[in-house]
Amino acid sequence: MATKILLENIEAPGLATFDCYRKLGGYASVEKALKSLSPDSITQEVLKSGLRGRGGAGFPTGMKWNFIDKKSDKPHYFICNFDESEPGTFKDRHIGQLNPHQLIEGMILGSYALGARSAYIYIRGELFYVLNIIEKAIDEAYQKGFLGENIMGSGYSLDLYCQPGGGAYICGEETALIESLEGKRGNPRIKPPFPALVGLYNCPTVVNNVETIANLPWIINHGADAYAALGTLKSKGTKLISACGHINKPGIYEIELGLPVEEFIYSDEYCGGIRNGNQLKAVVAGGSSVPILPAELILKTAKGEPRLLSYESLEEGGFQTGTMLGSGGFIVMDHTACIVKNLLTFARFYHHESCGQCSPCREGTGWMEKILRRIEAGKGSMKEIDLLADIAKHIDGTTICPLGDAAAWPVSSAIRHFRSEFEEHIIQQKCPFTK
Amino acid sequence: MQNEHTTIEFPPETLALVNRIIKRYPEGRQKSALLPLLHIAQSENKGWLSTEMMDYVAILLDIQPIEVYEVASFYSMFNLEPVGNCLIEVCQTGPCWLCGAEEILAHFEKRLGIKSGETTADGRFSLKTVECLAACGNAPVIQVGTDYHENLNIQKVDELLDTWQAENKNSHSNPYL
Ligand SMILES: Cc1cc2nc3c(=O)[nH]c(=O)nc-3n(C[C@H](O)[C@H](O)[C@H](O)COP(=O)(O)O)c2cc1C
Ligand code: FES
Repeated sequence: MATKILLENIEAPGLATFDCYRKLGGYASVEKALKSLSPDSITQEVLKSGLRGRGGAGFPTGMKWNFIDKKSDKPHYFICNFDESEPGTFKDRHIGQLNPHQLIEGMILGSYALGARSAYIYIRGELFYVLNIIEKAIDEAYQKGFLGENIMGSGYSLDLYCQPGGGAYICGEETALIESLEGKRGNPRIKPPFPALVGLYNCPTVVNNVETIANLPWIINHGADAYAALGTLKSKGTKLISACGHINKPGIYEIELGLPVEEFIYSDEYCGGIRNGNQLKAVVAGGSSVPILPAELILKTAKGEPRLLSYESLEEGGFQTGTMLGSGGFIVMDHTACIVKNLLTFARFYHHESCGQCSPCREGTGWMEKILRRIEAGKGSMKEIDLLADIAKHIDGTTICPLGDAAAWPVSSAIRHFRSEFEEHIIQQKCPFTK
Repeated sequence: MQNEHTTIEFPPETLALVNRIIKRYPEGRQKSALLPLLHIAQSENKGWLSTEMMDYVAILLDIQPIEVYEVASFYSMFNLEPVGNCLIEVCQTGPCWLCGAEEILAHFEKRLGIKSGETTADGRFSLKTVECLAACGNAPVIQVGTDYHENLNIQKVDELLDTWQAENKNSHSNPYL
């Protein structure tokens, strides 16, 4: 049986209640930590585990915690990033609505390690019903003495709150999230300074993804070595993959990192193959922002090795022939899917979500949407394919935050791997996939 | 909290909630409560934020009205124009599109006789397209109030609309309560 850290008990009826969660061993890591572990030793354990951020960037969690300004006499803050807005990603919602106490338990561990007395879970406003589930669980944790003053007589006190967003993808970017939590527009800040030095209310702050935080109790209970024994050399542990699109079994799967992509797509344990016995055409493996790959390159690297679900294997070949693990939003397209139209929906998304601070992103996303709209409708010209690629190139790397890159990569990769499909739209003067 | 400039006043239960929320932030950082308050204010005002309502929120938080307007206009969940009693939000991003979101939207448009972005003449329904709702595994997806409706097909849309029409659906209740 594969080890499950995040979905082990996910089907247990009543898991969202304190009693059920506690009966299944919940909050043991908090007892252990507050009784016998120093904040620093928790950080060391997380560092040693090799856990990398699950929000998309894959930054080592322990290393990020070590950047926190320990000498600062200002309050420290720990924030959970529950913005979950990257198209194709729907894993955090699963944890939040079915297993909120595991998230709370992780929040207590992280807050203790970072010396935070107040912590916030910032959750996208659309998921208000999940916010209410989490707030109920927080209330229970207060009643049972795991939150509030002097937790379990340890002298450590923590307040935990939920904060709703207002509908803005950009607020998933951690500095935009902090601005939003301060009651402002979600405009990303220029880094440095990083939030570990200047974050919420200008205080040292760490922002971590829901899934990252939900891993913490297991790491403290079982130890860093047990965690690091799972996965591959550079990708430790397990990962939630949210799979959607043209597969037989869309859903949320916890895989040990290093699982072959082919097994993930075709095995009945996971996606169960392509719907209607259709052919696999393309996959966006890590949420809408990562480069799209055609079937042959997602199943095997350019060197002919099996492609694995791990940070390093998905990156193999760089952007020429590889992609990224990203958030684990796994979007599958079969041979009936129009790459150009799918890309148009992404371009519209990024145009809508650009905060507007940086000209290349604000203007470029609009142009890309407009040109894609023309091409998709059969009104484009061959020159416009190059223009599109050129705009993407000029957004990439020229903006305050990576939303610009995230908007550019899907475009440049679709042209790189599926140029003939753009050309077909222009030659036929219509979408070749419409009947 | 007395307000001098507007005739709006939240009911006591809502004001109690507002005060509980403001206490979540450090002294002097009450502006952090702006997004929660805008959600509440919108629900108290038939699903949209009038200038008068935003001015009231500014008074509650002791900030300038412009600080409320600039935030309300940034986030897509806040409506700055009146909407119908029941606001139907249809996800249109890639994964939902791959699974037939366009047909779902077209069916809503046909049955309600309006386009996305419009409100029916009787003021009962508004239709709006939105971006990925983080439920792509159950595409196509729509949101109405705080409810998600997933794995939609034409038949389910018909059933939902029949129910909402019969019960005179209102989707603007306070999301916290
Ligand atoms: C445009 C943009 C959107 C993002 N959206 C999310 C998101 O929805 N959820 C998330 O956890 N991280 C998101 N991130 C990543 C965060 O900036 C940040 O890296 C993350 O919260 C760090 O947590 P982790 O190290 O635990 O992954 C986004 C980044 C960018 C640039
Ligand atoms: S694309 Fe519709 S929920 Fe994600």
